[in-house]
Amino acid sequence: MVNKKKKSLNQRQKKYQKMAKKEEPKPAYLSNALRAFFFGGLVAIIGQIFTDFYRLTFDMDTQEAGNPAVATMIFLGAMLTGLGVFDKIARFAGAGVTVPVTGFANSVASAALEYKKEGFVFGVGSKMFTLAGSVITFGVVTAFIIGLIYAIFIF
Amino acid sequence: MKKVGSQTFKPQNPPYLISTGVVAGPFEGRGILNEYLDHVYDDLNAGQSSYEAAEKHMMLNASLICLNKARKTPEEVDLFLAGDLLNQTITSGFTALELAVPYLGIYGACATSAQGMGLGALILDGGYASLIQTATSSHYGSAERQYRYPTEYGYQRRPTAQWTVTGAGSALLAVEGKGPRITLITLGKVWDLGIKDPFNLGTAMAPAACQTLIQHFADTGRGPRDYDLILTGDLGKIGGALLVQLVEKEGGFNLRENYNDCGMMIYDREKQDVHGGASGCASSALVVFGYIYRLLKEGRVKKVLLVATGALHSPTSFQQGENIPAIAHGVSIEA
Repeated sequence: MVNKKKKSLNQRQKKYQKMAKKEEPKPAYLSNALRAFFFGGLVAIIGQIFTDFYRLTFDMDTQEAGNPAVATMIFLGAMLTGLGVFDKIARFAGAGVTVPVTGFANSVASAALEYKKEGFVFGVGSKMFTLAGSVITFGVVTAFIIGLIYAIFIF
Repeated sequence: MKKVGSQTFKPQNPPYLISTGVVAGPFEGRGILNEYLDHVYDDLNAGQSSYEAAEKHMMLNASLICLNKARKTPEEVDLFLAGDLLNQTITSGFTALELAVPYLGIYGACATSAQGMGLGALILDGGYASLIQTATSSHYGSAERQYRYPTEYGYQRRPTAQWTVTGAGSALLAVEGKGPRITLITLGKVWDLGIKDPFNLGTAMAPAACQTLIQHFADTGRGPRDYDLILTGDLGKIGGALLVQLVEKEGGFNLRENYNDCGMMIYDREKQDVHGGASGCASSALVVFGYIYRLLKEGRVKKVLLVATGALHSPTSFQQGENIPAIAHGVSIEA
């Protein structure tokens, strides 16, 4: 009896999901992609400007200059988050600003701001990486695996 | 028995909705409901230190405004029925602490407004109380941080996503008095039609609203034409469109003439970027206790059926892969 009921419910679920799919508006993939392309490029250009700036003013080579340039971009992402404009930019620019390191900075800074009300230990300290935590975890894991493959096959 | 059919309750002496109070946040104040709000805050924090404290402040303020309008004091209230979206319904508990009245916390997610009115009406008609206050609230900031992301986190909202209403509404129900009356209460079952997407809650809740509506019509022998207005709480644009189709297909009723969704009646959708419409406990509370209550009092509408819907998931249940179950309660309010 219960099984029979379950079966008919499953059929209803399937039917309803089909119907719901039809009603669901699709995100504007093309315009989102174009915006992401444009703003992603813009972020990259700004990053390049900083790289060149550090390279020329502090006499670094391109690889060395990359580090302070990334740090600057992280700083900008965090600052715009603090000023309350990053979320508005991201709503428009989408992946163009969230995929680069600016998005990572935003995920950390927004969580830190949000959970400040729960105090520095249980709030900021432990919840700062609620969003960015998985990026760090899987970044480290991936780096380890790639490093292992590199070590095995190259040497 | 005061029950008709299988899920509908019919008070012998329909209780009166003698007073309401509604307050809302700044974003809602810029919407189309503005002139029906008792107070609009110009700051999402409402002068408090956190969103949670702000939400409590709003519920308390709405409750006090509601009492004031009816010239009642908290001491006269027999029972305070309140619910909200936050974990352990802290908004309601902390509000009840300040009001110092006997309190029952209720939870029906965004169906709480109808649940409070329905439950209050049943207790009043049962003869256990003469004055019951009900309240509910939601807050964009506190809901975002509990259900989704930090408020400053940047991401693109999907077209199906709905905007959580910041605000609170309260109503006073009495055995005697003046005002529209609560004549029928249809309490819903929990339904799960396999929707998993928490950014598409209207779709998850539409089947529950459909079942409650059809059951209400079956139990009472009424149809959509017996009402001037049929309202759902926060199905939004997509959920509302689905409901109209579902009710037609499953019950053969036509909702196209006098149906609307509270979630579509708060924001100015041309100017305010809210995607699928409004959501949250305050969605139906603001519209029904603010706008509809005034229409009923002025006699511009006579019979209104509110079917408030709630999604009964939590971030944990969603992350563990469970579907989103939903409920809907119907309350018929007649002038």
